Amino acid sequence: MREQVVEATVRALQKAETGLPEWVLQRIRDAAARERLPLARQHLQFMLENVAIAGQDRLPLCQDTGLPIFQVRMGRELKLDFDLHEAIADGVRMATKLVPLRPNAVHPQSRCNSQDNTGLRMPDIIMDYVAGRSLSITAFPKGAGSENMSLIAMLNPADDPFDFIIESVRERAANACPPLFLGIGLGGSFDLSARLAKHALLDMDGKQEDEEEQALLDRINRLGIGPMGLGGDTTALGLRIERAYCHTASLPVAINFQCWANRKAKEVIL
Amino acid sequence: MSEHHLSTPLSGEDIRMLEAGDVVFLSGIIYSARDKAHAMIRKAGSPVSLEGAALYHCGPLIQEGRVLSAGPTTSGRMARYTEEMLEKGLRAIIGKGGLPPEPFRDRAVYLAYPGGCGAAAARKLEVLTVHLSELGMAESLWTFRAKDFGPLIVAIDSKGRDLYQEARE
Repeated sequence: MREQVVEATVRALQKAETGLPEWVLQRIRDAAARERLPLARQHLQFMLENVAIAGQDRLPLCQDTGLPIFQVRMGRELKLDFDLHEAIADGVRMATKLVPLRPNAVHPQSRCNSQDNTGLRMPDIIMDYVAGRSLSITAFPKGAGSENMSLIAMLNPADDPFDFIIESVRERAANACPPLFLGIGLGGSFDLSARLAKHALLDMDGKQEDEEEQALLDRINRLGIGPMGLGGDTTALGLRIERAYCHTASLPVAINFQCWANRKAKEVIL
Repeated sequence: MSEHHLSTPLSGEDIRMLEAGDVVFLSGIIYSARDKAHAMIRKAGSPVSLEGAALYHCGPLIQEGRVLSAGPTTSGRMARYTEEMLEKGLRAIIGKGGLPPEPFRDRAVYLAYPGGCGAAAARKLEVLTVHLSELGMAESLWTFRAKDFGPLIVAIDSKGRDLYQEARE
């Protein structure tokens, strides 16, 4: 079983780095068909062309092959007789050579690079427990351009969180490789809001946004930031809100930015 | 919005004719540099002459001397070095996300390459040599030979126009 986890990790990374989920490509295509600004339309078409080249050449579509983040869905009845984190870390080391991945993981102070994309608490593994005995692993390599623009704010309950989101996107979108996918965490505590925002990105699967999400997405697209921040109708391609109850005196809001290259690939082990 | 095919080294004349929104395809020598290389250049000077040069904010993915993926990194992190880098004679900074436009006035342009499009860029770039290799793959100063590298959008021109600012307003 350990060997299967290592191999699934390598396969998930290989797939995530060299292509995009079909629903992501479809959203880019749809946006290209709608976009009115020629420069913006050309950008969207070039992005699609780049994904096609990455597929043909079997190469990472972006040189920022990201920080290794994984979502593991594991059945509550399943017992593993090995260290899951170590097995996934072995897969990351192997993928670094095979795909290959750019060595990105460094110590936060010495900035010393481990050369294999692992290190203290890296890979980051987000565990979700489900019924039964199943096991799946989703690679979600996260580039720094979009992750660096992400933020948490502890708002006053009297503030409008959507206004805050709009202003944050206006200021930050250009650096995050738009058109964006936005994971929003509303409520909870300081750190729970951030986890909700990451989960919103992880669980985004191309399903139509609900009414409130769509209204916020439309407001963002009316900003005119456009692909790569150079103007246009297409600033964001997807948005999902995850909520948790919060303290009556608090309003935590987290925005996890994701670039247009919304890389994600799942491997089912059991 | 016009299209230009230019070669390095770039002249003042090349730069003056470029207008915000124009598209450039660049051939010749391009240097990559990001966070650590900029800090090293500030400390110890540049290992290469930057007169008329094009500097690419990029941390490429390279294997055995071959460019595999080489899109742009966020230029904003290098904003603190813009003035001193342009003083070394740079005519073009290539990146994504933009920089404050003022230092570019009358001497240089900022060219935006579509972010995330590393695989397409790799087909246009060849490694000639590497400096500051002790900084590691992403942070080294790579010397590339470019062939019609683009599309590079003139996002900040030498007359003070800044497409990012215009999009935000």
